Amino acid sequence: MATTGQLEVTGYDDFINAKSGIKSWLFTTDHKRIALLYLTSITFMFFIGALFALIIRLELLTPKGDLVQADTYNKMFTMHGLVMIFFFLIPSIPAVLGNFLIPLMIGAKDVAFPKLNLLSWYIYDVGAIMFIYTILTGGLDTGWTFYTPLSTSFVTSSVVVGALAIFVVGFSSILTSLNFIVTVHRLRAPGMTWGRLPLFVWASYATAVIIVLGTPLIAISMALVALERIFGIGFFDPLLGGDPLLFQHLFWFYSHPAVYVMILPGMGVISEIMTCFSRKRVFGYKSMALAILGIAVFGFLVWAHHMFVAGISVYSALVFSFLSYLVAVPSAIKVFNWTATMYRGSVYLLTPMLYALAFIGLFTIGGMTGLFLASLGIDVHVTDTYFVVAHFHYIMVGGMVTAFMGGMHFWWPKISGRMYPEGWGKVAAAIMFIGFNLTFFPQFILGYVGMNRRYWEYASQFQVLNVLSTAGASVLGIGYLLPLGYFAWSLRYGARAGNNPWNAAGLEWTVPSPPATHNFDVTPVVTSEAYDYDQLPKDIVVPREASVVGE
Amino acid sequence: MSESSQASAWSVREALDRDSLHEQYAEHDQQRESAKLGMWVFLATEVMFFGGMITGYIAYRDAYPAAFRAGSVHMLFMAGTLNTAILISASLFVALAVHAAQLGERKTLVWFLSIAMFLGVCFLSIKGYEYYEHWVDHKVPGPSFQWDGPDPRHAEMFFVLYFFLTGFHALHMVIGVSILAFIVYFAARGRYTPEYHNPVENAALYWHFVDIVWIFLYPMLYLIGHKHV
Amino acid sequence: MTETVVPRKTYVAVWAVLMCLTALTGAVSFINLGEWSTVVAIAIACGKATLVIAFFMHLRYEKQRIIWVWATVSAVWLTILFLLTMNDYLTRGFLRVPGK
Repeated sequence: MATTGQLEVTGYDDFINAKSGIKSWLFTTDHKRIALLYLTSITFMFFIGALFALIIRLELLTPKGDLVQADTYNKMFTMHGLVMIFFFLIPSIPAVLGNFLIPLMIGAKDVAFPKLNLLSWYIYDVGAIMFIYTILTGGLDTGWTFYTPLSTSFVTSSVVVGALAIFVVGFSSILTSLNFIVTVHRLRAPGMTWGRLPLFVWASYATAVIIVLGTPLIAISMALVALERIFGIGFFDPLLGGDPLLFQHLFWFYSHPAVYVMILPGMGVISEIMTCFSRKRVFGYKSMALAILGIAVFGFLVWAHHMFVAGISVYSALVFSFLSYLVAVPSAIKVFNWTATMYRGSVYLLTPMLYALAFIGLFTIGGMTGLFLASLGIDVHVTDTYFVVAHFHYIMVGGMVTAFMGGMHFWWPKISGRMYPEGWGKVAAAIMFIGFNLTFFPQFILGYVGMNRRYWEYASQFQVLNVLSTAGASVLGIGYLLPLGYFAWSLRYGARAGNNPWNAAGLEWTVPSPPATHNFDVTPVVTSEAYDYDQLPKDIVVPREASVVGE
Repeated sequence: MSESSQASAWSVREALDRDSLHEQYAEHDQQRESAKLGMWVFLATEVMFFGGMITGYIAYRDAYPAAFRAGSVHMLFMAGTLNTAILISASLFVALAVHAAQLGERKTLVWFLSIAMFLGVCFLSIKGYEYYEHWVDHKVPGPSFQWDGPDPRHAEMFFVLYFFLTGFHALHMVIGVSILAFIVYFAARGRYTPEYHNPVENAALYWHFVDIVWIFLYPMLYLIGHKHV
Repeated sequence: MTETVVPRKTYVAVWAVLMCLTALTGAVSFINLGEWSTVVAIAIACGKATLVIAFFMHLRYEKQRIIWVWATVSAVWLTILFLLTMNDYLTRGFLRVPGK
C-alpha cells in the first residue's frame, strides 16, 4: 500500500479513475461524474455572482454614488441576483448533491435517463454562456425581476439574450427534475418503500415537482419579454392595454416557488446531518415528509405577496397574506423536529453539524422575518427596503448556502474518498457564521429605518451600518474561500475516508468511497427504516491523517 | 418459413430486445413505464407553459370583451374548423400507429405515422394561409395594423394573443412533425418490437397533447364573436 | 408484454365523437347564448380533451397510478394559476379602497 500523499490506483474501478481523459468526462452518463461537472460550472458562476456583490458592497461603503455610475449600479444588483439565483442557488444542491446521491440513496445504478442528465448539464452551460455574453455586451439593468414595461419598452441593455439565457437554464432544471421524479418512482431498490426513503430524497423529489410545475411560467415570462422586444409589440405593451401586473403574476408564480426550490434541498441535507451527528433517528419522520410536501404545495399559493404594493386588489392582497402565513407552518414544524432530533442524542460538533446548527438559527431568523413581510401593514413600510434584502439573504445564504456547505463537508469523503481537515473545517464554519451575521444583520435595521434597496446612494446616517455590512462581506468571503482551499488540499493529502467515516445511516455509506461507476455490485434489499441509528455504532471516529509507516 | 431463418428472425428480435434494455433497469416493463412517466411529467411542463399565455388571454378578454369579440369575427372560421378536424384525425392515426406498434405490424405503423405527419403538414399549411390572409387584411399587430371600429388598440391586443398562442402552438406542431419523422425512419428500419416501442408511445403522447392545446385554442380564438345567421 | 391493446374500433369511435363535438361547438357558436356561450364552448372543449386523454393517450387503461396523479395535478395547478390570478383582476374595487 502506498503512503498518503499519492493518488494511488484503488482495487476497484471507482468512478473517478475508471476511465480517464477529458472525453470520458465530457461524454459521461455516470450521474456521479455529471454531479462533478455541475460542481465545476456552478462554482465558476458563483464567483461571477460574488464579484457583482463585491462591487455592490464597495459602492455602499460611502453614502454618495462614487464608485460606479447609477446605471452601472443597476446592472450590478441585477446580475448579482440573476447569477446567484438561476446559476447557483437553484441548481446547486439538486444538480450536485442530488445527482450524486439520489441513485445511491435509493439503491439504483443510475438515474432513469442518464443521457438526459448529461444534456441538462450542457443546456446549463449554454445558458451560462448566453448570460456571460450579456455581461460582456454591457449587462442587464432591469433588476433580476425583469418588470415590464421597463424591460420591454425602456431599457437598452441585452434583455433579449438575458431573458433567453434564463429560459435556457430553466429548461436545464426541468430536465434534471424530470429525471429525479422518474428515478425516485421507478428505480428504488427492493424494500426501499417511500416510508424508508432518506428525507434528502423526499426533499429532492418535492423540489423536482415544484420545478416541473413552476419553471414553465418563468419560461413563458422570459419568452414573452424577449418576443416583445424583438417584435416591438406584445402581451405587456401598455399602448395596447397591456397590464404590467400580468407579467408580475406570471413571473412570481414561478419565482416564489423558486425560493422553496432553493431551500427544500437544503432542508433535506440538514435532516441527514442532524440525524448522523445526533446519532439518532429523525424526530417525526412522517411529519417531516408531510411538511416537505406541504411547503411544496403551499409555496404555489402565495406568490402575490411580492406584489402587495404593486396595484393588486386589496381583497387579493388579504388572501395572499393569509396564505403566506400558512406556508410558514410546515417550515416551523421542520425546525421543531430537527431540534427534537438533537434532544437526548449524542451530539458531535463536527463541521457538518456546525453548518447544520448555523442553518437552524439563521433559517429561523430569515423565516420569521418573512412573516413580518407577510403582514400587509408591515410590508407596506418595509417593502423595497433593505429589510427585504436581509430577509432573503438570511434564508438563501444563511440557510441554503450554509446547508450546501454542510452537505459538501458531510459527503466530501464519499465523493472524493478523502477527509477534509476537521480543524480547518471548524475554523471556516465559524468565520462564515460571523461574517454572515455581520454582513446581513445590519441590513434588517437599515431597512427598517428606511434605507431603500437598489439605490446607489443613501442618506448619510446609514453609513455606519453599511460599513459594518461590507466588512462582514469580506469576512464571509474568506469563510467561503477556505473550504475551496482545503478541499483541494485534501484530494492529495487528506486521510483516506473508507466506506463510512461518520458511521452514518443510508445506502450511500455502504459502498466504497469514492463509489464504483455502477454504484452497487449487487442490488441492495432494504429492510430497515431510514435513520436506523440504533443499529449503528454509537460513536463517530473520524479518520485522521495516516502515519508514514503502514496504513 | 424455414427453421433456420425462423431461428435467425427470433435471435434478431432477442438481440434488439437485449440491447434496448439500459443498464439501470431490471426489466423492459420498468424501462417502458419510466419512459412513459417521464413523458407525462414533461407534458405537465407544457401544460403550464401554455397556461401562462392562456392566463393572459383570460385576463385581457375579461378586461376588453367587446374588442375581443370583434377581433374573433375576423378569424377564418372555416380554416379553423377544418384544422381542428385535421388535427383530431391526425391524432386518430397516431393512436392507430401505436396500436400497430404494439402488435408488431411494421408496415401499418409506418403508414399511419406518415399519414399523421401529412395531416400535420396540412394543418401548418392552412395556418400559414391564415397568417397570410391576416397580413393582407392588415390584422398583423404592429405598424401595419389597421382597424376600422371602436377600440383599435384592444382589438390589436386580441391579435397579439392570437398570433402568440397559435404561433407557439405551430412551433410545437413543427416539433411534433419532426419527431414523427424520426420515429417513421426508425420504424421503417425495424427498430420497434412489441416489447420495445417506447419512442412511438411517447411521441404519440406528445402529439396528442399538442392536439389538446388546439382543442382549447379553437373556441378561445375562433368562436367568441357572435355570428348571427 | 403487459400493455393493454385498445381495439381499433374504439379509437375510430372516439374519433367520430370528437368530430361530432367539433361540429357541435362550431354550430353552437352561431347562436347567441349570451354569457353561456363561453361556458358551453369550454365545456365542449373539456369534453373533447377528456376523450383524447382517456382514450388516445390511454389514461383510461393506464396501470401506473402516478400518471393519473400527474394528469390531475397538471389540471389542478393550471386551475390554481387561473383562479388566484383572476382573483386579483376580478376583485379590483371590491373593498372600496380608493385606487385598489
